[in-house]
Amino acid sequence: MSTPVLKLVAQRIAMGILLLLAVSVLIFAGTQILPGDVAQSILGQSATPQALENLRRDMGLNDPAYIRYLHWLGGILTGDLGTALSSGQDIASSLKGRLWNTLFLAFWAAIVSIPLAIGLGLLAVRYRNGFVDKLISGLGLASTSLPEFFTGYLLIYFVAVRLQWFPSVSTVYEGMPLGERLSAIALPVTVLTLVVLAHMMRMTRAAILNVMQSAYIETAELKGLSPLQIITRHAFPNAIAPIVNVVMLNLAFLVVGVVVVEVIFVYPGMGQYLVDHVAKRDVPVVQACGLIFAAVYVSLNIIADIVAIVSNPRLRHPK
Amino acid sequence: MAKAPLKSKDDLLLDIRNLRIEATIYPPGELPKNITIVDDVSVKLERGKVLGLIGESGAGKSTIGLSSMGYGRGGVRITGGEVLLNGRDILKGGAKVLRQIRGREVCYVAQSAAAAFNPAIKLMDQVIEAALLHKICTKAEAEKRAVGLFKKLGLPNPETFGQRFPHQVSGGQLQRAMTAMALCSEPDLIVFDEPTTALDVTTQIDVLASIKDAIRDTNVAALYITHDLAVVAQVADDIIVLRNGKPVEYGDTRQIIKEPRQQYTNQLVSVHHIPHEQNNPTGTPILSVRNITAAYGGGLVKVLKNVSVDIHLGQTLAVVGESGSGKSTLARVITGLLPPMEGSIIFEGRTLSPRLANRTRDDLRELQMIYQMADTAMNPRQTVGTIIGRPLEFYFGMRGKERDRRVAELLEKIEMGKGFADRYPAELSGGQKQRVCIARALAAKPKLIICDEVTSALDPLVADGILKLLLNLQKDENVAYLFITHDLATVKSISDSIAVMYRGEVVRYGPKSDVLQPPFDDYTDLLLSSVPEMELGWLEAAMKTRKMASAGN
Repeated sequence: MSTPVLKLVAQRIAMGILLLLAVSVLIFAGTQILPGDVAQSILGQSATPQALENLRRDMGLNDPAYIRYLHWLGGILTGDLGTALSSGQDIASSLKGRLWNTLFLAFWAAIVSIPLAIGLGLLAVRYRNGFVDKLISGLGLASTSLPEFFTGYLLIYFVAVRLQWFPSVSTVYEGMPLGERLSAIALPVTVLTLVVLAHMMRMTRAAILNVMQSAYIETAELKGLSPLQIITRHAFPNAIAPIVNVVMLNLAFLVVGVVVVEVIFVYPGMGQYLVDHVAKRDVPVVQACGLIFAAVYVSLNIIADIVAIVSNPRLRHPK
Repeated sequence: MAKAPLKSKDDLLLDIRNLRIEATIYPPGELPKNITIVDDVSVKLERGKVLGLIGESGAGKSTIGLSSMGYGRGGVRITGGEVLLNGRDILKGGAKVLRQIRGREVCYVAQSAAAAFNPAIKLMDQVIEAALLHKICTKAEAEKRAVGLFKKLGLPNPETFGQRFPHQVSGGQLQRAMTAMALCSEPDLIVFDEPTTALDVTTQIDVLASIKDAIRDTNVAALYITHDLAVVAQVADDIIVLRNGKPVEYGDTRQIIKEPRQQYTNQLVSVHHIPHEQNNPTGTPILSVRNITAAYGGGLVKVLKNVSVDIHLGQTLAVVGESGSGKSTLARVITGLLPPMEGSIIFEGRTLSPRLANRTRDDLRELQMIYQMADTAMNPRQTVGTIIGRPLEFYFGMRGKERDRRVAELLEKIEMGKGFADRYPAELSGGQKQRVCIARALAAKPKLIICDEVTSALDPLVADGILKLLLNLQKDENVAYLFITHDLATVKSISDSIAVMYRGEVVRYGPKSDVLQPPFDDYTDLLLSSVPEMELGWLEAAMKTRKMASAGN
């Protein structure tokens, strides 16, 4: 690995960290702007001014905002996400299992959808403007256009209720065997795959078609390579950067955007947890979830940037 | 190799009979229509011979060359005739047969090797790809063969050259690597499509010589496509002259260049010389470039070193040199796009601000620019009238009828007539586009126009027309030109004084008559001796008598 690549990668990571700091400020400021504070939430509407004042003093709510922000940030950096107001439980420990569940679901959705999307994209380029291309694009678009709660309930009705292949409620618990766990999440994984598939597939198709205009594709054609060899050997390596970009955006969606799917299938993930606590106006939990979602989003985009840098031979092998 | 053995030395390799090629075009605002690109062309090529295909752009040279591989570029269709290669009609076999021929019996060398190599793959893997694909030899054998070809083609460090990526080697080296790639699968025929056109004149001669040696040593046959008769005269046994997709004249090289029978061939062959009386410097110069040093990357890469030149009113200074010599950077400094590190620009007795942003509107108006690529220098969604009218509005506040009248006047000046005002750039030919750019520059009533390689992208006859127009306009408007070019014939036709640049320095500067007068310094000698002449055997003679090797080799 050469110096310019290391420098660029370091820059990207530094930018990501800065970005996360900025997001944490925004999240903190957002919750400050909302009317009422934690003390009010805890004591409820019937609180006396004296009781409020005491609680505020005890919780350090009378300190200036920046000091409270630094306290909050310091806590997060040391793994202390605070205490949930509604249940009084430690947020970090109740989040851990749920975050893991969400990542587990996203991981399997990614394992299914990314190779499928790229494969279908390559096929669409191979038979571009023909029947296969139109079929792939049409089905892809249709599956994306349908809202995920609709495909979700459709799958529950046909696959879970009528065919009884997979359970309609994705209950998972600690110590569950992998096979059972996979069977439990089969339906949500299918829904997520259908949602993200078309976007990645169409971007793969567009990125490769863009590369197919290049003169070196003609060179490959005039060497006698078959269309599929040209696409996989000569076009794909030059289309990696844009493809990885869209793949990462969709991965981020798989983690951050699963709220609806988790609720439909009653899956104990981050989304469920977030929705529950938004309903209860539990600000510290919402803050913690927001920050974790932001961190996932930012880091996946950093990875996309780094892959784009590393896949560029001009940067990897300078003159 | 499982190929038919050579029956005899004069065995017929390629026999194209009555070839007809068509394409569908989509003119703006009209219904799509079929046009004929190549009409009734027949070509015969024996093993080991070189046939030159020559003509201006649009003559169908590349299209015919690619038809020998059964390939139609960009929706072009072969609609008639036969292409017999090694005795069989390759158009009859379908895609599979074509794939077996491409890269095995016929290989292709593109004009721009820089674009024709895949940027993500090492050179060696690309060079041996066709040989492996067609199972001509094992990987080890192919690599050995490639190294041998790198050596033969004069590439540096042939053993390790293949481990590099395309962006790590120079344009001239890539062009040789592409020739090595074509030779690696030991084909019967190579199609060279303008292989030296994109190269500097000093590099062109080296590449040309190595291509010629490689053809001779491997006894491969070649179709050599170019618009430059002087180049093709050095390598071809026979030449076919094409115009608008039809053959004009077909004969051996000596006959075509010495005794052309057709008037069009004669036009191509005759040395283009525009008589231009040299004006001597008078009074104070209109533009003085004084001790300019400029760099990119915050002073890291110095591209101009202590450059000083003068331009006088109504006269032309030609700046010559190969790519990377700093010619265009000089233009960027003068126009204020790149503020210099040291030195100053004096224009009409006043010092110009080094930064574009700090210059007055009059400074901007009096200093105009014309670019190499007229295509990209115009907004494709604006009509010619809007394009030429824009400086009239911007500098003189002209509106309505007054502006239209002036646009019509300018169109007359560039010999195009006011009917063109409503046309879009896409409807114009290359020469017409460049004329519109000239009119746009003139509209500002400038004192100096910087012409950056304005004829390089044009066919010789069209370029001649542009040069004549520029000279006439200079007489009428008394405008000075800073003429940047790598083409010495252009320099002789148009300049009053010449600055020869080499690696950011002016190595020779003075009135035209002095600069082109021996004795020469080594670099000027190299430049002058590298310009191909329409003489048989010129290449060999020139290679022998050169004083220095060209840069980057």
